[in-house]
Amino acid sequence: MDYYNLLTTCAFIHLLVSIPYAYSNYVENKAGQFFSSGHTNNWAVLVCTSRFWFNYRHVANTLSVYRSVKRLGIPDSHIVLMLADDMACNYRNPKPATVFSHKNMELNVYGDDVEVDYRGYEVTVENFLRVLTGRLPPSTPRSKRLLSDDRSNILIYLTGHGGNGFLKFQDSEEISNMELADAFEQMWQKRRYNELLFIIDTCQGASMYERFYSPNLMALASSQVGEDSLSHQPDLAIGVHLMDKYTFYLLEFLEEVHPASQANMNDLFKVCPQSQCVSTPGHRTDLFQRNPGSVLITDFFGSVLLHDMKQLVADVSSQKPKQKDWHPPDGFILGLWTLILLVFFQTYGIKHLKHIF
Amino acid sequence: MGLLSDPSRRKVLTGLLTRLNTPICIVCYLAGIVWFMGLAFEPFTLRTYMSENAMGSTMVSSGERALSLAKEFDAHKRQAYDGMPVEWLVKAMQSRGLEVFTQSFSRKLPFPDENKERYMVRGTNVYGILRAPRAPRTEALVISAPCSPGDSNNQAVGLLLALAQYFRNQVYWAKDIIFLVNEHDLMGTQAWLEAYHHTNITGMEYSPLQGRAGSIQAALSLELSSDVITSLDLILEGLNGQLPNLDLANLFYAFCQKLGVLCTIQGKLQRNDWDTAEGYTHAAQTMMLMVLKQACGRSWGDHGLFLRYHIEAASVRGINSFRHYKTDAATIGRLLEGMVRKLNNLLERLHQSYFFYLLPSLSRFVSIGCYMLAFGLLVVILLLRALDLWVHLGAPALAAVEGVTEAQQPSGPGVLTVLTPVVISHLTGVALYLLPVHLQEMAVEHFPVSETEAVVLTAVAIYTAGLALPHNTQRLLSGEGTEQGWKVLKLTALLYLAVLLGCTALINFSLGFILAVTLVPITASMTPHMPKALSALVMVLLSPAFTVLYCVFIYQELIEAPVSVSEGWMLFLSVISQGILDHALYGSLVYPLLALFIYPCWLMFWNILFWS
Repeated sequence: MDYYNLLTTCAFIHLLVSIPYAYSNYVENKAGQFFSSGHTNNWAVLVCTSRFWFNYRHVANTLSVYRSVKRLGIPDSHIVLMLADDMACNYRNPKPATVFSHKNMELNVYGDDVEVDYRGYEVTVENFLRVLTGRLPPSTPRSKRLLSDDRSNILIYLTGHGGNGFLKFQDSEEISNMELADAFEQMWQKRRYNELLFIIDTCQGASMYERFYSPNLMALASSQVGEDSLSHQPDLAIGVHLMDKYTFYLLEFLEEVHPASQANMNDLFKVCPQSQCVSTPGHRTDLFQRNPGSVLITDFFGSVLLHDMKQLVADVSSQKPKQKDWHPPDGFILGLWTLILLVFFQTYGIKHLKHIF
Repeated sequence: MGLLSDPSRRKVLTGLLTRLNTPICIVCYLAGIVWFMGLAFEPFTLRTYMSENAMGSTMVSSGERALSLAKEFDAHKRQAYDGMPVEWLVKAMQSRGLEVFTQSFSRKLPFPDENKERYMVRGTNVYGILRAPRAPRTEALVISAPCSPGDSNNQAVGLLLALAQYFRNQVYWAKDIIFLVNEHDLMGTQAWLEAYHHTNITGMEYSPLQGRAGSIQAALSLELSSDVITSLDLILEGLNGQLPNLDLANLFYAFCQKLGVLCTIQGKLQRNDWDTAEGYTHAAQTMMLMVLKQACGRSWGDHGLFLRYHIEAASVRGINSFRHYKTDAATIGRLLEGMVRKLNNLLERLHQSYFFYLLPSLSRFVSIGCYMLAFGLLVVILLLRALDLWVHLGAPALAAVEGVTEAQQPSGPGVLTVLTPVVISHLTGVALYLLPVHLQEMAVEHFPVSETEAVVLTAVAIYTAGLALPHNTQRLLSGEGTEQGWKVLKLTALLYLAVLLGCTALINFSLGFILAVTLVPITASMTPHMPKALSALVMVLLSPAFTVLYCVFIYQELIEAPVSVSEGWMLFLSVISQGILDHALYGSLVYPLLALFIYPCWLMFWNILFWS
């Protein structure tokens, strides 16, 4: 064999071998990116703090977020839903057992499988803080606990009536922004979260996150200090406002998100600009370690488990069959035989062909 | 040394007080009148707004379907009518799915009522309860239609039944709704309310209620007397001048605007030109009408009796003013349905908005914080005068202390001097209160008059007899006609009047203010040293009875039905009889107040005038 042929052969073999190797790198990168947030499970704490019939929209807000979060994969066992009043069975509800988020009555966010963990008068500041910090009496059932660990990403959504620095619970008490910040610090110290997304839809909502000081917190609010968050649409048949503007557009945005979506936090920050919301939504990312552009919506709104396996399998299996043990690459054997034949015909070639024919 | 304990400083202050007393009083009086008239000026008023959060904005969808039945029912009623068709009503309500009950009541009036031509009243109330499908039976709303014998108010009953049918099909009621058809208007309502709340304040006989619905949160009373309605009038003034929460008026106005129905208050439409003279006079007239209606203390609609039980209530009256634009029963039904649905959303009784207010128009209001100052300025005059007298009474004592021996040390006037006129005046007042009704039989025997006339004329006679008192009381007394005597009496009387007017104004501002306007000038300036004949005339012309007479004339002017003097006098007499009847039947406090307190107070000043 001459030198030129040898080189060609080696290059050919090298190329054949490196294709599967490059491909497994790609898969590993993908998996790596996916685990880069560092969380292994997702939790959601959704709280509606107002009662009375005319605060229908706050319950509808919370139930809309609950619905999105469930649809994107977080199971009921990982959702703590706190509703301060029962709108679906309120005597004034002309459509009993339903809570609508849109005046076209298309979307009944109450549904058939709502699991409310804290209901009515159980939604208090004390209970909320105990849920966050985990300091619950031993007799509390699992469904009422936030059993998160240091690899949990938690979504906390609050809605109700608020003011500068406080959120009103149930017409009788308030939680201040300092209390909330301290509660999150307790959670950090007790390693109860990996990353936390805090969304609040109340008047002057931005005042609630301005005191945070623990790491890995990202916060969104529907209005700045001094602004009111407005309700979206009244419904004449039901007779009350159905949703707040910010959560309405948030819901619209989330309806587009599916478990495999790549939408990130920067898209979430753009939800409901001032032209639609009248108030100016705000957000806070300085305590968050990752770049918001690299944080997926599904990191908080979806559930990691389902996402993980499905996606990995989807990627790998769409390109190549799953390989359990190593086989030589496809073209290798063919190439080997071609090489043998070339070498054979090089040495014995013409003379033997002459013999045959 | 403190301001009040330093004698020299005190002397300066008191000197100032006595010197400037009269000018300050005059200024205060004029300021009070001007302030009051200025209340109707639009920039000084506030725009009305809904205070109750639970009611929200007027978002109620309309249900027109069943409301065209109103006309049909009206026709049925005209046929079935002779008195109150109790069985027909019971059947009609039952067929609409209400729980129907009746209540009978009876009452013998103290004397025949000539305005309504009744003496021995017997009637039946019919009411149906629409139970809320899902709610516990703890709260209720009342919609009532007074069913007068004769032709009036048929449409209201028809509308009531149509509403009942429509409401029955809805699932969103959180309160029971009571549809009440009461007979003999105010008397029926009074009997029903007393039975509902297990009280008996007016001596009415009634059968107890068989069915009950829980605590009543609000009530509406409908008066629709004609088929064609061009505007709806809202009536707010209730018994003793009590008013419902302003939110109820705001709700009504908001719905009228939303549905494009013309709405009025005091029968007057709103105007937009507040900066012209006519605009201002219009607003001032509306406000004056409200003040006069409130002052007379009677309930101007069936709703007035509900207010006593802390039930916010208003009356809606349909008016046919032969306009081009007419409203049909469907729109009115929609308006009522909207209002009731909004009241259904309430979680507590209406309490967020004002309870004391004046309305120069339906969209502007004057709250108590604004209008009370006008009254305060008038009462301050009495207090200033009292202070002045106190200083003068104290001054001779000071002179005595300085060591100058007086020939006759004027010891404080005996309590008897002061007490006697007081007691005698009050006894006259008691006579004025009790005798007219009790002596009517005797009067009828001796004079060719009817019972009502007997009562009224007895009242007038006792009133006039009081004028002759000073001469008689002087003869009774031991003749202590000292300077000190009348001053002490005047001091007492001024303070007494100030307290009286103050308390009256707190409950019924209009009554207190009107009395203050006429009583304060004469009482503040009354001394025995004034020319007797002239001041006697002025005092009589500004006495409480004449105040009532003037109010009658002014009221007739304002409702654009001016009367001649003789007609006015007859009206005045009927007002007196109505006042006595209102007190006996419903517990109105105007007649007792005037007879037992204001009149004796005035008599005390009359005594001072003739002090010798």
